[in-house]
Amino acid sequence: MTEFSSGDRVICRYGGVPQEGTYITERDGKAVIKLDSGYNIGVSHSECDILERWSPAVPPEVVISQDESLPLLSILSTGGTIASRIDYRTGAVTSQFDAADILRAIPGLSTIGRYRTTKLYTILSENMTPGIWQELARAVYNEIRAGATGVIITHGTDTMAYSAAAVSFMVESPVPVIFVGSQRSADRPSSDNVMNALCSASAATSPLGEVAVVMHDSTSDDRCAVHRGTRVRKMHTSRRDAFQSIGIPPLGYVEYPSLDVKLSDHAVTRGEKEPQLSDSLEEKCGLVYFHPGMDAGILECYRGYRGLAIAGTGLGHVNTGLIEGIGSLIDEGCVVVMTSQCLHGRVCDRVYDTGRDLLRAGVVEGGDMLPEVALVKLMWVLGNVPDRERATAMMEMNLAGEINRRSLHEL
Amino acid sequence: MNYEALGLKAGIEIHQQLNTREKLFCGCPTTLRKFEERTGEFYRYLRATESEMGEIDRAAKEEMKHLRRFTYYAYDTTCLVENDEEPPSPLNPEALEICLTIARMFGMTPVEQVHTMRKLVIDGSNTSGFQRTALVALRGDIPGGGTIETICLEEEAAQRVQDNIFSLDRLGIPLVEITTSPCMHTPEEVARVAGYLGMVLRSTGRVKRGLGTIRQDINISIREGARVEIKGVQELDLIAEVVRREATRQVALLEIRETLRERNAGLLEEPVDVTALFKETKSSILKKAACILAVVLPGFAGLVGREIQPGRRLGSEFSDYAKKCGVGGIFHTDELPAYGVTGDEVEELRKFTKAGHDDCVVLVASSIEKAACAASQVMERARMALEGVPEETRRMLEGGSTAYMRPLPGAARMYPETDVLPVSIGSDTWEFIEVPELLTERAKRYSEELGLDAGVARQIAYSEHLQLFDRAISEGISPGLASRTLLSTMKELSRDGVPVEAIGDEAVIAVMKSVEEGRAAKEAVPGILGSVAGGTPLEDAIAQCAPAISTGDLEALIQGIVKERSLFVAEKGMAALGPLMGVVMAEVRGSVDGKLVSELLRKEIAKACRPD
Repeated sequence: MTEFSSGDRVICRYGGVPQEGTYITERDGKAVIKLDSGYNIGVSHSECDILERWSPAVPPEVVISQDESLPLLSILSTGGTIASRIDYRTGAVTSQFDAADILRAIPGLSTIGRYRTTKLYTILSENMTPGIWQELARAVYNEIRAGATGVIITHGTDTMAYSAAAVSFMVESPVPVIFVGSQRSADRPSSDNVMNALCSASAATSPLGEVAVVMHDSTSDDRCAVHRGTRVRKMHTSRRDAFQSIGIPPLGYVEYPSLDVKLSDHAVTRGEKEPQLSDSLEEKCGLVYFHPGMDAGILECYRGYRGLAIAGTGLGHVNTGLIEGIGSLIDEGCVVVMTSQCLHGRVCDRVYDTGRDLLRAGVVEGGDMLPEVALVKLMWVLGNVPDRERATAMMEMNLAGEINRRSLHEL
Repeated sequence: MNYEALGLKAGIEIHQQLNTREKLFCGCPTTLRKFEERTGEFYRYLRATESEMGEIDRAAKEEMKHLRRFTYYAYDTTCLVENDEEPPSPLNPEALEICLTIARMFGMTPVEQVHTMRKLVIDGSNTSGFQRTALVALRGDIPGGGTIETICLEEEAAQRVQDNIFSLDRLGIPLVEITTSPCMHTPEEVARVAGYLGMVLRSTGRVKRGLGTIRQDINISIREGARVEIKGVQELDLIAEVVRREATRQVALLEIRETLRERNAGLLEEPVDVTALFKETKSSILKKAACILAVVLPGFAGLVGREIQPGRRLGSEFSDYAKKCGVGGIFHTDELPAYGVTGDEVEELRKFTKAGHDDCVVLVASSIEKAACAASQVMERARMALEGVPEETRRMLEGGSTAYMRPLPGAARMYPETDVLPVSIGSDTWEFIEVPELLTERAKRYSEELGLDAGVARQIAYSEHLQLFDRAISEGISPGLASRTLLSTMKELSRDGVPVEAIGDEAVIAVMKSVEEGRAAKEAVPGILGSVAGGTPLEDAIAQCAPAISTGDLEALIQGIVKERSLFVAEKGMAALGPLMGVVMAEVRGSVDGKLVSELLRKEIAKACRPD
């Protein structure tokens, strides 16, 4: 049988009509042919013959000039799709990453700043690890030290909030550190990548001085919201405005297309902090989502862990039958923090007996901290503070905007 | 015009909406809504995306000449898939089955593995910026000559409310696109083939009916002309006229080319800024413009104003191109002085731009940016005039002339919809597809088997009441009553302002049955249906308009009436029938079939007149 390779010109006789096309790939035993009309069809390999082997054409060089008078922005890529291109031959969407590619894909960026770009990773965000968060934090810190006016991190949206929280704890930044991604693929003319990227660049040059996520504020292309890195959560699987600030209002908004940035009073401003890096993390930490009927044996898996965040019910509860096991983990040296599946509101283990029993067993109340943020914070606190009592106390303190003293009534 | 001599070649693309329960890629119903029923609005910007070679599709690029904001209306019958905020569901199997049925009816070969594609469309009619489409079958035959190249299953685009506002109710309704080869050579042949394809589609009984549910795109070229695609011809009656007018346009454009060549027209010069010339003008458009640019077209005098189609000049083409930059239109010296521009101003303009006697000067007025864009578009179109006929996508105007929309799309506009898995069509699927009876055959059968007049049989076969008619026949209702009720009665009621859409199929069947059972006279049918449409329960409507009267009661009633008027009957004999009919019908208030009354009355009169 003829060996086909992607890009070969072929003639396909399927249906009694010889038609020329391009061999794309094999799919479930069929040859996928892109006909010259643009349509793909799947047919048996025996219907096709090769006319000409593919020889790749060299894409034209594009020289992009950067305006040296504009502020220097650093873009760190972890595999997000801020600049991707469609291969119309195979249909693959490929992530591109050098300054020229990005500026060509999103020309508006060149009027906001000049760019230094670094490709750290090309991974899907569900494949992130604490090790990568650490590398990311170091890279951010280095860019700040090297004089970046702002740092932009392109990131897959699934775990962007975890990474934003991790960098929030590890890096003290005098400049904006902006996480940005897109919910709809960059190949589509309606993708949110262009607007999100432009808004993130504008936020990166703004008076902000903390780690934030900048993403669509509504389903319309009207503005992006600026969310604090420790208070943001992906709250929808597919909508553009999936990211929401929980428990506090957004730090501000970037209007589109004017790109005007308006910051709230509670945003930390540029230059308030000195750059500092504390990049140790204790990876032996876990997050347990409680459910009715949960087997106490599950807790055995966490034996030897140094930290455990629990997403409990309501005010911060688990089945009474689990309390003994939790107490035993704590006795062995594990710091256990209670958060709530409600996401909105504050944990209070002093109202019901179960809560009081949990406190008695040594569980720490996580305040209004989000469960994922509590996990990341545990890793950071336990990585940097050897003393367990002090670490436990720090879990109850606000370190990077993750715990609010007051619960505001409109939110 | 001798079309064969012109080398006319035409092909059709038919787009027909399918009457499925759900949309092609989501669970929403395929119902159209009134704009005022919308439950939300949002807006987006669309951008042309680059292909791997750094190319942007030429049609997409044209739409992007100025960034446009599109507003969308959402409804409680639309969802996040229409909003481009959720990945599509798998290809709707019901729609695929209908598509395969149609493919079988044309003797086509199904594709072994169907791949859904994304076709870039950034005029705002698709929230995503692309239309999903899949090639389902290849190569079929049209009786009487001609071939069908492909049948595709596509999602319908959103409906334009006005300008840049679109309504999402229509987006995602499945439609089939049938493409013929360029196998037609006269306008009449195009109309005939379009009619035939439409008939085959309706024969499935599973396509949407009514205005806008079927649209024809026509591809036309003549020898030395170019392929032009005319979008959205909705009326079958206009198809031949559209073809004639396009042939006329191409002939005229070729003649213009010849004249230009005779005049040695060629090189175009850069546009000239003439804003200062019109400082004191009476033309309000020119006066308020920030920038007026003049394009001198050497050798074009008299040609820009030349009619190339009813109501269209070469200048209309220039204007269409210029409008892509957001300007309102153009002025040209073939039509000036006019619109507030004086003869003196035209003279000044000619002098200033050094335009010769044979030259035409085109003016564009707008912001500096838009005017520059429009001027370059006019020059681009003028260059095309030197070449002849440009390849274009055009839209139909009222009457059958057309206007420029965008260049023909290139191959760079299709790529795979990776969110939809390919669907295999095995022989097990294909062999089980049932081919429905063609409407033409059905009409013949109605005429032969049911004894309907050939015209009526055709009418009923092609009508939207076809399925109800079949059901009526299967439930024992006579073909005459059924066809009359469905074709005439309903139409008359509707004409009289009765809301016939409020009458359910069940009610129509029940009313016809009551006639067959002798509970109501056929004369009472319009009255009963009218009452039902007005909200009266069916049985009450029958009782009101047609109080039940048994044959026994009727006989007794007639006996009584004849007896009371025995002298009159004796005197007039059978001639008393007419007057007495009136008396009886008044008594029964139209609730009894007149034929039955006449029969019984005739019998009774005969009895009364018979000598004992």
